[in-house]
Amino acid sequence: MQLCRPDPLGARQFPGRVAISVLAIALGVALGFAVQIINASAVGEMAQAARVLSGDADLTLRGAREGFDESLYPLVARWPAVAAISPALEVEARVAGRDEALTIVGVDLFRAGQLQPGLLAEGVDAFDLLREDTVLLSPAAMAWLGIGRGDLLRVQVGLALRSLRVAGALAGEAARGRRGLMDIGAAQWVFDRPGRITRLDLRLVPGTDVDAFAAALRLPPGIATERPQAAGAASARMTRAYRVNLDVLALVALFTGGLLVFSTQALSVARRRAQIALLRVTGFTRRQILLLMLWEGLVLGIAGAILGLLGGAGIAAIGLRVFGGDLGAGFFRGTIPALQVSATTALTFGGLGVVAALLGSLGPALEAARAAPALALKSGDDARAFGALGAAWPGASLLAVGAVLTQLPPLGGLPIAGYFAIAAMLLGTILLLPRFTAILLAILPSPPGSLTTLVLTRLRAYPAQAAVSLAAIVAAVSLMVSMAIMVASFRDSLATWLEAILPADLYLRSAVAGDSGFIGPDDQARIHAGKGIARVEFLRWQQLLIDPAQPRVTLLARDGVAIDPERRLMLIGDVVRSRDATPEVWISEPAAAILHLTPGATLDLPLGGTAKRFHVAGVWRDYARQNGAVLIDRSVYAAATGDRRANDAGLWLAPDADRAAVKAALRAIAGEGIELAEPGDIRALSLRIFDRTFAVTYALEVAAVLIGLVGLSSAIGGQVLARRREFGVLRHLGITRRQIGAMLALEGLAVSAVGLTVGSALGLVMSLVLIHVVNRQSFHLGMELHIPVLPLASFALAMLALGTLTAAIGGRRAMTGDVVRAVREDW
Amino acid sequence: MSVIRPDLLPFSISRRTLLFAPLALPLVAFAADYPTVRAGVPLRFPRDHGAHPAFRTEWWYLTGWLRDDAGHESGVQITFFRHRPGLQEANPSRFAPTQLLFAHVALADAVRGRLLHDQRAARAGFDLARAGEATTDVHIGDWSLVLAGTRYRARIDAREFQLDLVFDGVEPPLLQGDRGYSRKGPNPEQASYYYSRPQLRVTGSVTSNGAAVPVQGRAWLDHEWSSEYLASNAAGWDWVGLNFDDGGALMAFRMRDQAGGLVWAGGTRRDAAGNITTLAATDVRFEPLRWWRSPRSGATWPVAMRIRAGGLDLEVQPLMNDQELDSRASVGTIYWEGAVRILVAGGDAGRGYLELTGYLRPMKL
Repeated sequence: MQLCRPDPLGARQFPGRVAISVLAIALGVALGFAVQIINASAVGEMAQAARVLSGDADLTLRGAREGFDESLYPLVARWPAVAAISPALEVEARVAGRDEALTIVGVDLFRAGQLQPGLLAEGVDAFDLLREDTVLLSPAAMAWLGIGRGDLLRVQVGLALRSLRVAGALAGEAARGRRGLMDIGAAQWVFDRPGRITRLDLRLVPGTDVDAFAAALRLPPGIATERPQAAGAASARMTRAYRVNLDVLALVALFTGGLLVFSTQALSVARRRAQIALLRVTGFTRRQILLLMLWEGLVLGIAGAILGLLGGAGIAAIGLRVFGGDLGAGFFRGTIPALQVSATTALTFGGLGVVAALLGSLGPALEAARAAPALALKSGDDARAFGALGAAWPGASLLAVGAVLTQLPPLGGLPIAGYFAIAAMLLGTILLLPRFTAILLAILPSPPGSLTTLVLTRLRAYPAQAAVSLAAIVAAVSLMVSMAIMVASFRDSLATWLEAILPADLYLRSAVAGDSGFIGPDDQARIHAGKGIARVEFLRWQQLLIDPAQPRVTLLARDGVAIDPERRLMLIGDVVRSRDATPEVWISEPAAAILHLTPGATLDLPLGGTAKRFHVAGVWRDYARQNGAVLIDRSVYAAATGDRRANDAGLWLAPDADRAAVKAALRAIAGEGIELAEPGDIRALSLRIFDRTFAVTYALEVAAVLIGLVGLSSAIGGQVLARRREFGVLRHLGITRRQIGAMLALEGLAVSAVGLTVGSALGLVMSLVLIHVVNRQSFHLGMELHIPVLPLASFALAMLALGTLTAAIGGRRAMTGDVVRAVREDW
Repeated sequence: MSVIRPDLLPFSISRRTLLFAPLALPLVAFAADYPTVRAGVPLRFPRDHGAHPAFRTEWWYLTGWLRDDAGHESGVQITFFRHRPGLQEANPSRFAPTQLLFAHVALADAVRGRLLHDQRAARAGFDLARAGEATTDVHIGDWSLVLAGTRYRARIDAREFQLDLVFDGVEPPLLQGDRGYSRKGPNPEQASYYYSRPQLRVTGSVTSNGAAVPVQGRAWLDHEWSSEYLASNAAGWDWVGLNFDDGGALMAFRMRDQAGGLVWAGGTRRDAAGNITTLAATDVRFEPLRWWRSPRSGATWPVAMRIRAGGLDLEVQPLMNDQELDSRASVGTIYWEGAVRILVAGGDAGRGYLELTGYLRPMKL
């Protein structure tokens, strides 16, 4: 007996369990920390990208993605409060032969230099940049494209290619990230954007009230002011819902870790009951016992936290390389963020890990301290520690609270109530686990045979003890099941939607990436007249700034929008057609939520420098544009803006057309820059992108299940150890080792079945909350419930098998000692 | 170091630096069709007070002495440059940099002991920066130089001071060279159209630290435009524009080669009676009297000179020694542009400006 130095943490007795508890805590910490680092790095990168141009500007004016008329520039420049003003034209230029676009910014160097000195690297001739065909590239862009000074950069403009000469490198802030810089006049000319600029950066006379000035400007519709400092905040807002989702997953992992600590410590306390009692007898106070137990939890927590922080930083570093700053969600294009680690973030997530471990060990610690030493010293008391069924009301009321929380609206655009609902349901279920276990064991059929009877009788007698081993597995299974159902529902709905929105035989896109490609009116006419083409619908897209506080909304202007909208658009809810001359706009589900619009309402769209009124005719399902999209007829768009270009085209072929010949003819008309795709390809690609986006989720599910499984295994293994005397008695009664092994396997099967049942039921409810509350409130996306029956069934079977196996293996290990002699421990 | 800071662009350094631009910047498009400066083309006013955008370079260069009510004297230099780089000339964009404008201002105050200066650069367009053609009418933002009647008005809002000055020129323009055709080198195409406005009467105010101080004084305006200019072996130059107290005026310059030898020289003298003498290269002599070594750059400048030109024999002595402008960090050049007193036979005879370049090392642009 090591009275004065009790085996710390029981690490020597249960090395596996202790390790798993630490790992679980570490996983939660690592996940949360990594998500935070990656996001901070990405947002920092976005803010930095904004500063590249705005430098020490006080205010930035921006509008539609395509920009606004340059006539605003002299008007703003003449305000006496404007100390410096720099206009810019930003183009997402599709690089020839690449599937990605390069941001090329056209600036007036004389003015940009006033806000952002030091743009050019040494040896770059500023006057070289005044030429119409020169571009400066950041070192990252040079590396990416594999070109350097003096080389040619080929970019797509319309359907043609233009060559720009690389005049040198960008320096300072502008050197970070992939970027090109050229003269603004040249950019308007080369990219065929006459009279357009996309932003104005202003520095105001010192002492100017920036907000009052911004208000006094009275900007035309669709143009808004933004403080450059807020640029990072805007991009943070863009990814917030996604990030919060991941943070919640991290908290769930921490919670699972806490549960593991609880089960580890609970069983450890049970195992060391006699030791602890002896300590009490030799003069340790209750308080000292409590502190000793908590100290063990603290050590577990700190170990997990340190491991987690290291792992999180590693995951973040790898994640940034592999997935980019948005974890594969597609928010930040072409940015390679530098890792940004803050001590506060590290302390927060490390602290959360320690707290989880402490909370997990609190219950067992109190139990250990509370035990009466005299009673505890006697044998056979092990099970009593967790034998009593607690009151049902705390768990039941938590479930009720969860149900109420699902009905609450989002908080600040986030489904906070929804997340708390899930937490309440999870906690409530775990508190009620002993009862659920008892009920489920009671209704389990009792097949004939003394062994099964023995197993079930024992389990039924101590449901709380079974529940302890079950908590972790229930949490893991419910998480896994709910995520699986949610993702499957999303994917299924997406597939259905993709079927509906791609009715044409062939789709033509002017450029694979960027916004520098377009189909001009002449090319449109030639495509129309192409052989084998029965019908063409051209599409023009734009990004409009409707609400300055929100990201830009996509404007889709398509031919023949009014034709058969019910079938073409996958409409949701009512349709209220326009009854007067007001043109109709069909808005996407996210747009309806973001702009707070319903059919029958009016919507003013900033088109051609003025606000044009539209009648909201209906809401359609859209999974492609999270920030919302509005659809109008292209003739209305062209009349309002004078813009007759198109980005994409949907083509219907003549009945006897040769698909390959039509494609070849289109390439001959529109050049090699275009992308031709059949609906099937687009669907497949979209689903691939979807899977990539949810890659992190899949990885987390697997991790959660592994933790749950290992938790179950170690819990059962621990119980077996604690019950050595029981097995010794059974052996004395003539039951063979093999029979005891079978008995344990049966126990494992029964416990796993209970855990799976409860976890799956909870998971199903949680998935409904995820689909109807969390997703709707976070992303404004509606979807149909789709339960992936086969994968879930296979998963359940695998879990049952693994649970059984785990128990059997744990049992064998327990039987290796001299069990018969263990009975003598009863002194 | 990067050189994109517009306030450090090479053009605002000194008047003749701009002339080197075609040599220094091989990028100038040959497509641009610059007119050639020829002898015998009469200058017509007020049209020729305005800009000549077809030519490659042009400047309006004001230098003068100011005196406040307490009798305290200071020097002022206000310059507007126009440059046609010959780029993007077919571009319909309003941003096309077909005409560039630069401005430079410097205030020399002996009490302060150093120059206060500031600069502007912009492409012409959107009416935010422009050089009008009808008469002198140059603007870069809120910096402007405008001629109305006989009076030029300059308004400059610099970093450390503000100028609001009127320069009244009652006398007709002083045509340099052969009726405004001013040769700069051995080749006849190396020439400019060039006239001066000596003896401009200055009134107005200089504001610094928020206090507007009324000033008056005398100034000199050069207006010069050209497409092709200098001999390639010119390494530096000396120039003066002098207003004599008796109403006379003298412009004299010389171009030096790397060895300090004479490449070209010239000048124009108008006496108090208004008689004009054009000075040939052989009529102009510059002779350093006193050298000042800049503690910052280590360059030595002949800040006091003996000048013999057109029968005049005079000395120029600086308002203060340190009128050096150091732009080596950005464009590798350093020059001295300073207010000077005129002494004839040891007596105070007037005020003017002296410009010195190429004394640290040959101007290498």
